[in-house]
Amino acid sequence: MASSSVAIEVIGLCKTYDNFTAVKDLSLNVQSGEIFGLLGPNGAGKSTTLRILITTLKPTSGRATILGHDVVTEADTVRQLIGYVPQERAIDRFLTGREHLLLLGDLYHLPKEEAVKRIQELLKLVDLEDHADRVAKTYSGGMKRKLDIACGLLPNPKILFLDEPTLGLDVQSRLNVWDYVRRLRDQGMTIVMTTNYLDEADQLCDRIAIIDEGQIRITGSPKELKAGLGGDGISLTLGDADPAVCARLVEEIEKLPFIRSIRTHGQGLDIRVDAPEKALPALFEATSQVGCRLDGIEYHRPRLDDVFVTYTGHSIDDQSTSLTSDTAG
Amino acid sequence: MQNQIQEVLALTNRWVKRLSREKFSMLFTLVQPMLFWLIFFGSLFQRAADVQLVQAPNYISFLAAGVVVMTVLNNGLAGGVDLLFDKENGFLERLMATPIRRSSVILSRFLFVMAITAMQILVILGVAFLFDVRPETGFLGIAVILFIGMLFGVGLTSISMAMAFSVKSHGDFFSVLGFLSLPMIFLSSALVPLSAMPGWMQTLAWLNPMTWVIDAVRPLILTGWEAAIPQILIAVVVLLVFDALCLYGGAKAFKKTVG
Ligand SMILES: Nc1ncnc2c1ncn2[C@@H]1O[C@H](COP(=O)(O)OP(=O)(O)O)[C@@H](O)[C@H]1O
Ligand SMILES: [Mg+2]
Repeated sequence: MASSSVAIEVIGLCKTYDNFTAVKDLSLNVQSGEIFGLLGPNGAGKSTTLRILITTLKPTSGRATILGHDVVTEADTVRQLIGYVPQERAIDRFLTGREHLLLLGDLYHLPKEEAVKRIQELLKLVDLEDHADRVAKTYSGGMKRKLDIACGLLPNPKILFLDEPTLGLDVQSRLNVWDYVRRLRDQGMTIVMTTNYLDEADQLCDRIAIIDEGQIRITGSPKELKAGLGGDGISLTLGDADPAVCARLVEEIEKLPFIRSIRTHGQGLDIRVDAPEKALPALFEATSQVGCRLDGIEYHRPRLDDVFVTYTGHSIDDQSTSLTSDTAG
Repeated sequence: MQNQIQEVLALTNRWVKRLSREKFSMLFTLVQPMLFWLIFFGSLFQRAADVQLVQAPNYISFLAAGVVVMTVLNNGLAGGVDLLFDKENGFLERLMATPIRRSSVILSRFLFVMAITAMQILVILGVAFLFDVRPETGFLGIAVILFIGMLFGVGLTSISMAMAFSVKSHGDFFSVLGFLSLPMIFLSSALVPLSAMPGWMQTLAWLNPMTWVIDAVRPLILTGWEAAIPQILIAVVVLLVFDALCLYGGAKAFKKTVG
């Protein structure tokens, strides 16, 4: 924390709707100039947290500051510093893209000339110049998202908040969004985004916080988190579902050196190992010794999926659909 | 102050654009009062209504005040619908994340609804004119009709916006709307004078602010200043109380939604 400054500080944040607690005692720091990701399944409390930070929702308790300004008592100052890209396509179907931006230009009181110039630049950035004067109901999902991003950038914010910026986008649009976000970070902007895509968190975010049931489970860079697990993963798919045989196998494997942990699930075992070149032959031997049929074996470097499961006890797409994450290493 | 004016104008401009691009809705907005007018004019009521009972030269001239106030009612009660949609699709949140005065959104809505309502009132009086209904009190009388209409509209629009902010789904909004507007019309002096109603209905109509508004507008059209002035004074007092209550409720609902 010596080298970089804190852009956002959140301490003990709680939010209760009626009698349901959506966010529990949440604390985190975001450094200036980083892409910070809140990673969690649907209903984890990501949007709720973001809404508190952008001042549209009041916390039940706890506090948060944006560049040193309290989001409740100095909400107006905070609003001058931030840009927001909501989760829903918050677009007026009857306005053109340019009219959206002109409206916001007036609401931020940008001088007319500056606004017009800036709008032209933004339309170019998100590649909407050719469609700027069509009403938004004719836009595709990807175009709406681009307009959303342009709207968030109009005030030239110090911090940009994006709520699930690539939800429901096709692959090309997704990559475009990643590209804008990286470019903005490279220009010095601080970015806070939410996602429930593991690969997005892994590839785009400098640091992530895993959030589940309103609580932060762990914070760190994807690399640190993966390294923190220690060891590589080996998954065995077992043919025999006989629990007694399974239990014997687990017992045998536990005796082996270079095994860090074993998790049993419906189809077989997830094992973390230190030295795969020694572990693999030993595992084969153990299975044949016990007399267990092996239907499949998979070896992989630590993945963010594993981090997620380790800290939340379930996989991220238990309740929601997620793109498959195939990131190795 | 100047900033707030800029905000309100920019937001009002958006409502105007939306209306002008929703062709169907635009047509409906302009034609709806005339439809009302024509349906009731359609000799049906003309013949059915007893001129003696309504105390007017003909039924159209009696009905004119009712149609004017019904238009205020419909516009006012529907005045929150666009905010409801904005709330549901997240546009309101986008606006609230900008450093605007919280009240600018509300003010833009009042401004827009009042402007549209005033235009419709003028259309109705114009159509009435074609049927030989000349307001007895002239242009000044028309100005007073607009003023009373606006005063009533402020309260109604507040109710509508309060509902838009507090309902859980927009189905609820439209049910309450339907539940409110018909009784407001039938239990008022819009279609028949109070004296022609059964006792229980008279009591309910007497409690309906709409009755007081119509009873002030009607003499402005039918009889002249002498009969109108006392009615106007009563209506203004009733409306000040009505507006104060509605604005209070609206402000509470708004605060709860946007802080
Ligand atoms: N306005 C609200 N009223 C009641 N419950 C809500 C409201 N908004 C969100 N919730 C609940 O709070 C939890 C967290 O929601 P949210 O922050 O939107 O999650 P996420 O963005 O991570 O999917 C969910 O269980 C959701 O149902
Ligand atoms: Mg969300």
